[in-house]
Amino acid sequence: MTRRRSKLRDEIVTLAHGAGGKATRALVEGLFLEELGNPLLEPLADAALLDLNGARVAFTTDSYVVKPLFFPGGSIGELAVNGTVNDLAVSGARPLWLSAGFVIEEGFPVADLRRIAAAMSRAAAAAGVTIATGDTKVVERGNADGLYVNTAGIGVVHEGASLGPERVRPGDAVLLSGTLGDHGMAVMIARGELQLEADIRSDTAPVHELTAALLELGDAVRWMRDPTRGGLATALNELAGQADIAVALDESALPVRPEVAGACEILGIDPLYVANEGKLVAVVAAEAAPVALAALRAHPLGAEAAIVGSVREEPQGLVLLDTAFGGSRIVDMLVGDPLPRIC
Amino acid sequence: MKYVDEFRSGQLAQKLARELEGLVEPGRVVRIMEVCGGHTHTIYKHGLEDLVPDEVDFLHGPGCPVCVIPMGRVDDAIALAERPEVIFTTFGDMLRVPGGRGSLLEAKARGADVRMVYSPLDALELARANPDREVVFFAIGFETTAPATALTLLRARATGVRNFSAFCNHVTIAPPLRAILDSPGLRLDGFIAPGHVSTVVGTRPYDFIARDYGKPVVVTAFEPIDVLHAVVMLLRQFRDGRCEVENQYTRVVRRDGNPRALAVLAETMELRDTFEWRGLGWIEGSALRLRPEFADWDAEARFELPGARVEDPKACQCGEVLVGAIKPRECRVFGTACTPERPIGTCMVSSEGACAAYYNYGRLTRRREPARA
Repeated sequence: MTRRRSKLRDEIVTLAHGAGGKATRALVEGLFLEELGNPLLEPLADAALLDLNGARVAFTTDSYVVKPLFFPGGSIGELAVNGTVNDLAVSGARPLWLSAGFVIEEGFPVADLRRIAAAMSRAAAAAGVTIATGDTKVVERGNADGLYVNTAGIGVVHEGASLGPERVRPGDAVLLSGTLGDHGMAVMIARGELQLEADIRSDTAPVHELTAALLELGDAVRWMRDPTRGGLATALNELAGQADIAVALDESALPVRPEVAGACEILGIDPLYVANEGKLVAVVAAEAAPVALAALRAHPLGAEAAIVGSVREEPQGLVLLDTAFGGSRIVDMLVGDPLPRIC
Repeated sequence: MKYVDEFRSGQLAQKLARELEGLVEPGRVVRIMEVCGGHTHTIYKHGLEDLVPDEVDFLHGPGCPVCVIPMGRVDDAIALAERPEVIFTTFGDMLRVPGGRGSLLEAKARGADVRMVYSPLDALELARANPDREVVFFAIGFETTAPATALTLLRARATGVRNFSAFCNHVTIAPPLRAILDSPGLRLDGFIAPGHVSTVVGTRPYDFIARDYGKPVVVTAFEPIDVLHAVVMLLRQFRDGRCEVENQYTRVVRRDGNPRALAVLAETMELRDTFEWRGLGWIEGSALRLRPEFADWDAEARFELPGARVEDPKACQCGEVLVGAIKPRECRVFGTACTPERPIGTCMVSSEGACAAYYNYGRLTRRREPARA
């Protein structure tokens, strides 16, 4: 991890700082790490790994500000549970306990709040976690856009799990558990500003069973992420930068639903950068790739899993795409998008 | 995806690539300018440079509407956006374009009411929904987007919406091409002419290029197969010693364009005497303003604007990039002081800008020597 930290040169925070791309990195590394940096925080992983009297524990937190609160395939409730469950799962942990904090705008309908809480309850049951503690704040009208939710989560790391960018080797295979961009597109269309109609549902789901299945393969599993904000491209760029390797993707192998591909085409958006909320991307040793793929495909959430690329030595720090057309190009970090926030 | 995949077929691409191999003279470089940023984007996004022979050199032209807006006009837009009564509406890719004092995105973060729209009609709808506010639409683009602005103005008048206005920065496609052709030291063999703008203006506006300047033109669509096909058509012209305006985008573009779109344009807008283009300077008769009959919907007539001219930053070489004199990576600040997250020049801002396309997709493998010999 020799990479230089990004510097924050902006004087005010703009929406680009929340988009998950380069500006976000500058804010996190150039401000928060500078002020708060410590060995647990510094890896900037999905969850911090703690040693608790000999037990390895994963600890994470995430805030949810999605607009609209309800969308095809789910609501902020499912998102807030699954998002945190997934951050624990891809850290190699079995998710166990969650906290839930609600910031509610004055005037918010109680019926909606109940629907959201019920959705959280169902999602928690499905993921096998308990919402063990919580907090409620109400803010004046005009703030918090209805409702913001924060969840934190604790899980116990699987025996023998050893994950991290430093374990990724040239020649390793990149696996993806299913189609790209469903959540981001579902939310954008649900906002109704695009006057587009398409049957696209959010993929919000817990991936802990997929990760558990992969972890059965032992140390052949090198690294896992759930490619949320910023999409697959951002997750892999972070990996390439941290591991000083290159990732080469095969465009024709990337699973994308035709509806999502069509909506992206109309809007000029690349599905590689669109958020997912129930997908897993994993790097596994090449020789273990067929078994890992079979393990993913054996689970309903991984039915459309595919080997989408491989790790190369050069050019360090970059993600490349071999286009279906026969050329190749760079897949860079997103610079910051003017698009609606989606998670 | 139907009607798209056909135009991205790798097999067809290989066929065209093989034909290109037979059409080039080994060692003799042909320099082709793709005028439109959409083509630049296609070339890099699909890795077309990997498929054409080394002898084919793409130069990137001035056809990115965001890239040619001068900094002073961005400052005018920010001044409008900062008026407390104004809801300022814009296409997304104008948000990050730097003016002399920051970008619209920064103005928004400071409290200006700046909203992204996908169509000027959305802005008109916003005006209807907010009768106590003034909704201003940042109208930019070539004849491609200008008819949508024109229709919106007609609808605003027809429905009596008075709190809507357009800040008109529409430009026309032919004058900058003439400016490029007149620039000293021109090294250019032919044009891939823009497709979408030609759906409106037709192919006649390019006739002077073949007739007066002896450079062949192919009006071209935006899928990668289209661009490869256009290169084949240009090389066939070179081989046959022809110099014509050809139409590759026959599925949409007609010789006379779209008469109805041209009619609404003529009804609502007229040519300005002159307009400043980023990097290209002042070009006569190159931009549109609202007709006096539409003064009630003309932001320039209704609001006081700073109207200051802002010099391009000294380090910025967007002008040379926009006329194809240099390649993006030859600019002295490319990828160092000027990056998509901190753009100095507009070519680095829009996804259609040559520098942004180069930076985002292509900065890795450039096997060819620069066009400037």
